[in-house]
Amino acid sequence: MAKNIESNLYTMLFTTGMVVIVGALLAFLSSSLKDKITENKRIEKQQNILYAMGVNENDKNSVIFVSKDKVASEFSKYITKQLVITGTDVVEDDKAYLIDLKKETAAAKIEGYTRRLPLFMGMKDNIQYYIIPVRGKGLWDAIWGYVAVDNQLVVQGVYFDHAGETPGLGSNIKERFFMDDFKGEHFLDGDLFKGISVSKGNSDPKNLDKEDFEVDAIAGSTITGDGLAAMLKKDLKMYLPYLKTIKQ
Amino acid sequence: MGLLSKKDLKLITDPLADNNPITIQVLGICSALAITAELKASIVMSVAVLFVMGLGNLTISLMRNIIPPKIRIIAQLIVVATLVIIVDLVLKAYAYELSKTLSVFVGLIITNCIIMGRFEAFALANGPLRSFIDGIGNALGYALILIIVGFFRELLGSGSLLGFKVLGDSIEKTGVYAYGYENNGFMLLAPMALITVGIIIWIQRSRNEALIEDN
Repeated sequence: MAKNIESNLYTMLFTTGMVVIVGALLAFLSSSLKDKITENKRIEKQQNILYAMGVNENDKNSVIFVSKDKVASEFSKYITKQLVITGTDVVEDDKAYLIDLKKETAAAKIEGYTRRLPLFMGMKDNIQYYIIPVRGKGLWDAIWGYVAVDNQLVVQGVYFDHAGETPGLGSNIKERFFMDDFKGEHFLDGDLFKGISVSKGNSDPKNLDKEDFEVDAIAGSTITGDGLAAMLKKDLKMYLPYLKTIKQ
Repeated sequence: MGLLSKKDLKLITDPLADNNPITIQVLGICSALAITAELKASIVMSVAVLFVMGLGNLTISLMRNIIPPKIRIIAQLIVVATLVIIVDLVLKAYAYELSKTLSVFVGLIITNCIIMGRFEAFALANGPLRSFIDGIGNALGYALILIIVGFFRELLGSGSLLGFKVLGDSIEKTGVYAYGYENNGFMLLAPMALITVGIIIWIQRSRNEALIEDN
């Protein structure tokens, strides 16, 4: 065949060949790396949960998780109980942290399905923490995180992460200067649920007022910030009936 | 240089100045505007593009005689996308933290018009080694502009460089902020990136006679 690369037949053969080769290559790679990737994600979840309750190796400015090889032992040491709340039913389940919030949110739309809410209880320096996973929408893609509260329902730490917020702007929700602002914030006004909003121009850039239900926003990331506030409002509210039973 | 002839060397030096992909070819503007609010993001994106450009140009050049001209764009797109996905998967398995940093850039790399532009303009017509060098050269030219823009946007917009507060603390009013200096929040938004790129083009054109157009 004096290669006639202009012919329709050749074009079709080439396309088919390319699709088969690329498809097979990616499928092979994806399935052979799947176990490793799932394991990495599992470790990351444990690191995130521990981070929210203050078990981390942070230095002055950056986020540093407990290291990969220590995370399993630290997780069983600090996380004393994992609960799954289904309606009024509360059961213990040490795999609760593996519950996929995305799937639960989707399933909750089906009539008659009661959403399973995972909740983690941690104990550090004799303080009891309740760590609530949250998930919502940012500007481009999903955002999620963990909020640790004490038995007064005051936020003691958070961890946020995102799938694809704008680098340098919305992506800063996972930076210390933003996350640290949440420490000490209230989301309840007496018995009234207020949530925590991410607001601009609240004349409290140092975030000294912890009972204003606001933290300082990031410049240039309004929609990510609003999405984050909406996520907190929506997901914390779901846990409210249970959380009220622990408030002392 | 024994390895590279003068002509090959020009493939690296040209895109750095007289034939810069961003300022002269006007390719890759979208990512230059989107991710340069911080210097760190600029550097990460530059390294990622360097990698994909080099390998992508090489692959396309090797395939240049068998790709049917009618569907060459689709073929190019598949090559970039495959390369990027392979890198992403391998990083997720073996360097998870690095992959977290890069994840948001993946889509931006695939759609980066510098990559497609160089495939079209160079790799389809030149041999593998020269294409590889051209890819590296253009990625470096892209990196240069990204880093300059990132440097000024982070410095003037946030008062920091790579996250270090070089101008003092804007909330505690230390450093230059003690004298009434304020960060320019506008620098963090995309329009100022465009203006910064515009200023670079202006400076470059005014200093280089060859680039001044007659009219």
